[in-house]
Amino acid sequence: MRPYFILVRRELGWYAGALSSYVTVAAAQFLLGLGFISLLEAFNGEALNAPLTEVFYDTMYFWLVLLLAPPVITMRLFAQERATGTFETLMTAPVGDAAVVLAKFTAALVFYLVTWAPLLLCLGVVRQYIPEHHPLEWRPVASTLLGIALLGGVYVALGCLASALTRSQILAAVLALALGVTLFLVSFLRASVGAGTDWSAAVVRHVSLLSHMEDFVRGVVDTRPLVFHLSLTAWLVFLTVKVVESRRWK
Amino acid sequence: MSADPAQNGAPMIEVRALTKRYGRQVAVQEVSFTVGPGEVVGLLGPNGAGKSTILRILACYLTASSGTVRVAGRDVFLEADAVRRLIGYMPENNPLYPDLRVREYLRFRARLKGLRGAAVRARVNAVLEQCGLTEVAGKIIGTLSKGYRQRVGLADALVHEPRLILLDEPTIGLDPHQLRAVRDMIRSLARERTILISSHILPEIEATCGRVLIMFAGRILAADTAANLRQRLSAGGEVVLEVAAPPAELQTCWETHPDVARFECAPADDGYVRCVLTPRGETDLRPGLFALAVERGWRLRELTRRQQTLEEIFLRLTRPDAEAEE
Repeated sequence: MRPYFILVRRELGWYAGALSSYVTVAAAQFLLGLGFISLLEAFNGEALNAPLTEVFYDTMYFWLVLLLAPPVITMRLFAQERATGTFETLMTAPVGDAAVVLAKFTAALVFYLVTWAPLLLCLGVVRQYIPEHHPLEWRPVASTLLGIALLGGVYVALGCLASALTRSQILAAVLALALGVTLFLVSFLRASVGAGTDWSAAVVRHVSLLSHMEDFVRGVVDTRPLVFHLSLTAWLVFLTVKVVESRRWK
Repeated sequence: MSADPAQNGAPMIEVRALTKRYGRQVAVQEVSFTVGPGEVVGLLGPNGAGKSTILRILACYLTASSGTVRVAGRDVFLEADAVRRLIGYMPENNPLYPDLRVREYLRFRARLKGLRGAAVRARVNAVLEQCGLTEVAGKIIGTLSKGYRQRVGLADALVHEPRLILLDEPTIGLDPHQLRAVRDMIRSLARERTILISSHILPEIEATCGRVLIMFAGRILAADTAANLRQRLSAGGEVVLEVAAPPAELQTCWETHPDVARFECAPADDGYVRCVLTPRGETDLRPGLFALAVERGWRLRELTRRQQTLEEIFLRLTRPDAEAEE
């Protein structure tokens, strides 16, 4: 367990010291700010029928941050160490493959959540100036954050896997983005097959991140998406461990 | 460390019939050798001979395709974690994190290798001192010169007081001054630890190692002490001779000389003749030639034996008849 914490600290230290992480946070903040403006426009003194978080979610900026941030955050994790050779010094220290992968995943997830922190600030501002008749409820906010964390887990794990597969950071980012967008686009199949009752419709409904997120922003926490996201994340992290191990039997 | 096999006479490194393949390419083929505790051994061979592969397998970074490798009696595949604790490994090109300060990096590495609390501080200070890094301890690694970086790599390899130190080309790319500093450090370590160094430069290995394993194309061709190796390197070497003598006399003299296998003569300036003589067998021609020059009254201005280069030694060792001699 101890190497895991040492490595998490090291990875977080890297994020704290690198210029690129500040650029990432700034870019995410810019997108969230645009979303915030749309939110204010939606208010415009009128009463809303939906929870605030849902309004925010309806702006495309939400998904932009969700899809773009993880590849940028995770691309360096393994690719950089492999390219510079430090991976060899790291893996010849008495640490397990799983500890290394989990530590990198944890640090990336923590940093991913940090990029979302400005959202809380936005909601705080809204709460300050909110009309009396439309209070900001904490439940949808909490479930939205849970959704962000869960989806983030999947996307960060995907990024880890992509980074472990290559020495090139650019390739890792492109691969993670391609896989991530594909997973996201599967949600749109529900428009064509989602209404049906056959198995394909059931599968699409089950893996539709869009539907899961819609539930979360409305304050609905279903165990099915919960299990889906957690198990998908665990599976991707497991695959990453296997990829890291694979150097031994190549 | 209570059940310590090395104390019971197990060799520090025991490699048996080690083979490593990368796909179809064979990097290391049926290699066997042992290194006793306290020995300093050099792995000498041209690039691509399989030196780095052997070190990587010893450091538990790669696994062997077949054969067994033990460090202090522990199997590198089955007890990788225990073996890693015993080893201080500096990979080729000495990769470091450029964003950390020297002290930060060593503290991180010391913790990762299982040191705790006060021991981390004490050992980091000790290796900073030992490697001459105290004055740059607060500098960012990315800004250091190559010589200092090399010392940081060495400090990292030493920080957890490993019993076995593996250094992959530790002096590559250093200037002569830095080279000497690193060599002196390795020599000072040699007193208390087992060290395995790889290099493709003979004087490098000769300066630091007691025993040398010569590798070529994935095999160990010869294992010998550095002194014996030097002997073998110079034995059988061509002798260059510059004398002032009638060319015809020289010609007949070499043709009838029992120890000269081949010769080449060319006129040099001032009436001297430059002869390059290849001896028959391993004999040293020089004393005989000197006596000959005195006897015949030749003026002699040069008499040297050419050292064989490593390439020539490799070629000689790879010749089938050379193997029969072994």
